[in-house]
Amino acid sequence: MILVFRHLYLFLDSFSFLLLSALGLSIIYGMMGIINQAHGEFIMLGAYFTSLLSVALHIPFIISIFLGAILTGFLGLLLDRTIICRLYSRPLDSIVVTWGISLILSQGIRIILGNSVESISTPLGSFTIGNEKFSTYRMVLVAVAVITLMVVYYIFNHTEFGLKARATMQRSDIAKSLGVNTDKMYAATFFIGSFLAGLTGGLYSPTMMVVPTMGTSFNMQAFVTVIVGGSNPILGSFLSSALLGIVNSELSGWAGSFAGQIGLLIMAIIFIRICPLGVSGLVDRLKAVRR
Amino acid sequence: MKDKSKALLTSENIIFVVLLLLGLVLPTFTNAYRLSQYSYYYSMTILALSITLVWGYAGIFSFGQAAFMGLGAYIYGILSIAAGRDGFNIFALLIAVVIMMALGAALAYFMFYGGVNDVFVGLITMCFGIALQTFMGQTAGEEWQVLGVRLGGYNGLTGIPKISLFGFKLGDVAFYFFTFIILILVYAAIRYSKITNAGYSLTAIRENRSRSELFGFDVPKIQVIVFAISTGLAALAGVLYSVWGSYIAPDNLSMTQSTIPVVIVASGGRKNPTATVLFAILYYFLSGKLAASGSSLNYIILGAILIVVLLFIPEGLFSTLFSKMDKYILRRA
Repeated sequence: MILVFRHLYLFLDSFSFLLLSALGLSIIYGMMGIINQAHGEFIMLGAYFTSLLSVALHIPFIISIFLGAILTGFLGLLLDRTIICRLYSRPLDSIVVTWGISLILSQGIRIILGNSVESISTPLGSFTIGNEKFSTYRMVLVAVAVITLMVVYYIFNHTEFGLKARATMQRSDIAKSLGVNTDKMYAATFFIGSFLAGLTGGLYSPTMMVVPTMGTSFNMQAFVTVIVGGSNPILGSFLSSALLGIVNSELSGWAGSFAGQIGLLIMAIIFIRICPLGVSGLVDRLKAVRR
Repeated sequence: MKDKSKALLTSENIIFVVLLLLGLVLPTFTNAYRLSQYSYYYSMTILALSITLVWGYAGIFSFGQAAFMGLGAYIYGILSIAAGRDGFNIFALLIAVVIMMALGAALAYFMFYGGVNDVFVGLITMCFGIALQTFMGQTAGEEWQVLGVRLGGYNGLTGIPKISLFGFKLGDVAFYFFTFIILILVYAAIRYSKITNAGYSLTAIRENRSRSELFGFDVPKIQVIVFAISTGLAALAGVLYSVWGSYIAPDNLSMTQSTIPVVIVASGGRKNPTATVLFAILYYFLSGKLAASGSSLNYIILGAILIVVLLFIPEGLFSTLFSKMDKYILRRA
């Protein structure tokens, strides 16, 4: 019983980590075709904003997370309007340019704020099952990840904005001719993606060292999740986080966190060889077969 | 005949000949220490050229070149230290390049035959690099030995021996010419390949994959071949680098190290090897000067160059300059 729970706990932990780190990236990629290499740095910014607001200004932790996410979202919006909007038709160049942005962000933070900030201690303590301790906060993160996914699903599938955004994603030229302001849709999408990155940073800020290079520890997991997820941002990131969560937690528990990372990579390369369109492509194909 | 000589007299060729002559006479001007710095610049230029080939010519974006370079250097280091004979080292170089080409081909097989393209190639090569760096970083323990050579964790391999040719150990000046000649050969091969059928098929693939496929090109096969060659070039650069510095460490495999040559190629002109060579040598020369002043703004400058060039001069600085100069000269003539 305790053994089952331990596996479940590790799985849920790595599932929520993958889902939260990938969701923003995946939405931006799915909607705009742009891979935001600065995604990890946006997460880092969210963590910095949250820590600074809550430690220096004594704003309650939950509100700091939210404010940090909004600040990160607006920074993303600013970058989109000034730089990234010029690259909508050149996705390959956008990788290089957003990488440039990430260099500037991480080094800029290092120069402005130094190598680390005072971190927040993990809230909510722990709970005990049998004679093993588990962190309550990690379980709260799982709930937050699922709720975030549901909110994003609602926004993109049940609001007028979501309808227009999906129309823009499928055929931007026709959406434009029907009177959708596609530029506005792209900007809003980029804001949401950056907001989610900032949220992730804020949520994970008490669990890790807040340093300028922390973005890279999210990047690889996020990219692998998006690769395996495929083109549908919401369904894809949900299913691939679940799939990769199992691989990652089992391998990490068995042979250390390094094996978990390598396992993710190998899994992604093999998976993409077998089914190039990712999990969401697989689901689409199954649906087509059933019909 | 006259037309042909005129076609050869482009600003690109003139710059290349000037660089070639400068490179040949350089040893008479500088001391041994400075000369060995140039061997370093040249090996990094070869790394940049590997990106010109794979990205500029074939449109495949690889973010893992530094990882391929570093792994090549590790293989050379392990083989040459384990063998312990100077005469063997040139073969160690060849073996390292061949192993890395095979590895590149294997990775490329999984990607291109799986239909992975564009941004995802960039991501997979990047993940490969990060994973490899993490792996090499945790090899500090006794149990990590290959052929009796310890991998050394974050400190990396040290004491990597020099190369000997015909029983003659390559010292500073000889090694300078060794790297110089290899650079010229690589450059010439890449430039020449542009006007061969292979070069044309690369351009076709870069411009439009599905159309090339309809014309009968075996697109994934060509992509695998060019990726393997580029990996081999990166490994060659890595071997030369590790011989120059006599060490290789996981830091050399990092993403930042992969990015610098990408910046160089993008800024110089990704479709033009001459622009790459010119920009690379200039960059390493200047950054050597900057590093002496210990600036923490290095990465910020690097990132800013990248953004500005790609937004405003997407064809690259020197590429654009070459064609502008040629037009200007033609109008005057």
